[in-house]
Amino acid sequence: MNYTLTINGKRRSVDVAPEMPLLWVLRNELGLVGSKFGCGMGVCGACTVHVDGQAQRSCSLPISDVGTAKIVTIEGVGATPVGQRLQKAWLDIDVAQCGYCQAGQIMSAAALLQQTPKPGHEDIVSGMSGNICRCATYDRIQKAILNAAGKMEAVDAA
Amino acid sequence: MQPDTTVLTRRAFLSASLLAGGGLALDFTIPVQAAVPAGASVLGAFVSIAPNGAITIMGKNPEIGQGIKTSLAMMIADELDADWAQVSVVQADVDPDRYGPQFAGASLSTPTNWLPMRRAGAAARDMLLRAAATRWNVPIDQIKTAKGRLIHGATKRSLGYGDVASAAAMLTPPDLQTVKLKSPDQFSIIGQPTRGVDSGRVIRGEPLFGIDTRLTGMLYAAYEAPPAHGAKLRSADLSAAKAAPGVKHVFQIQGAGGPGGVVEGIAILATNWWYANEARAKLVLDWDMTAAKGHSSEDYAAQAKALLDANAGIDFERSGDPAKAMAGAAKRIKSRYDYPFLAHATLEPQNCTALYQNGQIEIWAPSQQPQPGRELIAKELGIPLDKQIVHITRIGGGFGRRLNNDYMAQAAAIAKALPGVPVQLLWSREDDTRRDFYRPGGWHEFEAGVDGDGKIVAFTNHFATFGADGKSQRFANMAERHFPARLVPNLAFTQSYMKIGIPMGALRAPTSNAMAFCFQGFLDEVAVLGGRDLPSLILELCAEDKIVGDADAPDIAPKGFHTARARAVVEKVVEISKWAERPKEKGRGRGFAFYFCHQGYFAEVVDVSVADDKSITVHKIWAAGDVGRQIVNPMMAEAQVRGSILDGLAQALEGQKITFTDGAIEQSNFSDFRLGRIDRNPDVEIAWVLSDFHPSGLGEPALPPVIPALTNAIYAATGTRVRSLPIEL
Ligand code: FES
Ligand code: FES
Repeated sequence: MNYTLTINGKRRSVDVAPEMPLLWVLRNELGLVGSKFGCGMGVCGACTVHVDGQAQRSCSLPISDVGTAKIVTIEGVGATPVGQRLQKAWLDIDVAQCGYCQAGQIMSAAALLQQTPKPGHEDIVSGMSGNICRCATYDRIQKAILNAAGKMEAVDAA
Repeated sequence: MQPDTTVLTRRAFLSASLLAGGGLALDFTIPVQAAVPAGASVLGAFVSIAPNGAITIMGKNPEIGQGIKTSLAMMIADELDADWAQVSVVQADVDPDRYGPQFAGASLSTPTNWLPMRRAGAAARDMLLRAAATRWNVPIDQIKTAKGRLIHGATKRSLGYGDVASAAAMLTPPDLQTVKLKSPDQFSIIGQPTRGVDSGRVIRGEPLFGIDTRLTGMLYAAYEAPPAHGAKLRSADLSAAKAAPGVKHVFQIQGAGGPGGVVEGIAILATNWWYANEARAKLVLDWDMTAAKGHSSEDYAAQAKALLDANAGIDFERSGDPAKAMAGAAKRIKSRYDYPFLAHATLEPQNCTALYQNGQIEIWAPSQQPQPGRELIAKELGIPLDKQIVHITRIGGGFGRRLNNDYMAQAAAIAKALPGVPVQLLWSREDDTRRDFYRPGGWHEFEAGVDGDGKIVAFTNHFATFGADGKSQRFANMAERHFPARLVPNLAFTQSYMKIGIPMGALRAPTSNAMAFCFQGFLDEVAVLGGRDLPSLILELCAEDKIVGDADAPDIAPKGFHTARARAVVEKVVEISKWAERPKEKGRGRGFAFYFCHQGYFAEVVDVSVADDKSITVHKIWAAGDVGRQIVNPMMAEAQVRGSILDGLAQALEGQKITFTDGAIEQSNFSDFRLGRIDRNPDVEIAWVLSDFHPSGLGEPALPPVIPALTNAIYAATGTRVRSLPIEL
């Protein structure tokens, strides 16, 4: 089946089975490898993208359900003000360890800040609890989100 | 599968040459195997300085999130007095002749590279100084270096490193053993919190990881491996899978032997991995399960219990007369402890990309030790080492899983069957959970006797584990002279062995992650029995200055256990956690534990509360660590400590266990093998004890003590002693 998608502001066409999850369209058809495969069943968040501004697990979203929705991935989120602030905050305190989960973390954080610009601890926990970090960078994820939300003095690294 | 460390500290060798396009290319090898011919222009030299001053350093070891690609380059750049902003780090390919051992494991990258890396940087600086001295015709000791520049103060002249790099390339390199190194107070990069060299690419989602490798015309492979460890393929009908959408090839791969290499199965290749993986449901396979029968976790637990009951273990360590001393003790206590099998659950599932053509193979491997992977491919697939090019990719988590190279051999086997077609093998999460090399479960019986002052007079441990012929299998073992051996007058460690058909391997802080729980949990019981607390018991055991185990060697962090270093971290954590004034209230308590492994010393205190509904909340953790005199990159060092601590908490609190029946693993994904999430993110306070020893690594040693500190805290809060993992109250 032919599908035309809007990804990071660009129109892209693919010819794939209707059940193919968006993640595999991004990674294997379109060469957008920033969204990661972790579990394939919606429980780790490594594949998180925005679908019309909502954080969604792309591993569990069939391409046929995407329709005309606007998709933003980690490759495009830096073009939004919230994404840009988050990426800077992520770098300032160097959140990443292995880095594999971080695209998904940033996408979930961006959706959180779009909905709740000044999140409290509980908001962060509920907004981010779908994202696993096997390296357990949670402390810095929390700090980076607060920094991006302008709630803390940024801690700068070299 | 652990790297051989005996060759690591041998004399290194340096050669200098002209960089293609001008500049200095410095190569060095540890150990010496092949020197690059002098004067040759070198691509990808270890350290190179271009005429514009840009410095390129090869990252020799795999980056798994431990920050080594950054910290080894920091060591070189600091002695070189480089401007860190002008340094870029490029991941090296596998090349043992040039780089020596290239692995990420056993927390060894820091201790084994600490002096070699610095010496290389210092040697480069020495050559630049000599080149500048000749250029200016001034004595060398009048020239200073800073931030990539050479400065002659008297005449107010200065040169960039790039300006003299080509001239330096013509000089003879200094002797690496005698080249002068900085004193710690002169460090300008080492010791500074430094961002990971790839962090920018990570947060932008750029291709970095093994799974991100993309080659023109590449096909994606899924692999149907045996459903149980030991199962053998009797017959296969591949026709329906071949007809599935997107599928290009389906074929059988013969197993080469053990689980560590090519495992028999069916490869499905498609234009998209999702098509390949979906087509697995169409395979009609008949497996012979005979050899898998009987390998069940419940059976092993029952066998272990019988072995402990029989109490006829083989001696592993003995001093004095424990039986007599036990009989004469004022008080005695006996307890059993056990812990389950565990998976690694790296977030990036196992994968590997390979292209075979004209008898040569090129591989993109997310492997913690790709060098043995090449040897495996040579052995099992007959592709000689000189016909293999192996690229090291960034790795989405190691934790010991990727010390094995089974996925690498598997990808190579698939690629070899399809010459000219690039192939990316990827495992599903379910494959990854079921085809692991598990942290072995283990069962222990302890007994101890104390005198009237609560001092230990006798101590025994009987360990029921996996092995044969009077020896435990690797990673189902325990360290020689494990604490408190040689510190208690009458002590016996004995072991009993069971044969097993499930692959086992190293999980972050191998053996220690389990032993700490048992030994430090039981020692807490002994302390309570003697009317005291665990810190004071450990301090008493370590009261006399001595080294248990290997004597110190020059030029590397000590391997043996130094009682004085143990005391210092115990005292430190007691101080920062205000242990003496710890609150004692119902349902809330603090626990302490200490552990030494991977050349590092950690003492930790956990503050926990247990609610009426038995739910456990960890409020805070204090950790005091000694990994030598220098923390190379404080930012990543703290990240490793925090990460290790949360990793240990997840093992204990998230119900983590791997169980199996007739060789088939019962867990499949993060839904039934749960990892920690952001809701369990307690405050962690870290204090470093800077002892006067060479630095050692931080990938592992902070993990083991947190589990017994937690279970000891639960005891303090509730009076319930946790003797089995994962915790179920
Ligand atoms: S890969 Fe989609 S949630 Fe894990
Ligand atoms: S940084 Fe490794 S999984 Fe999050």
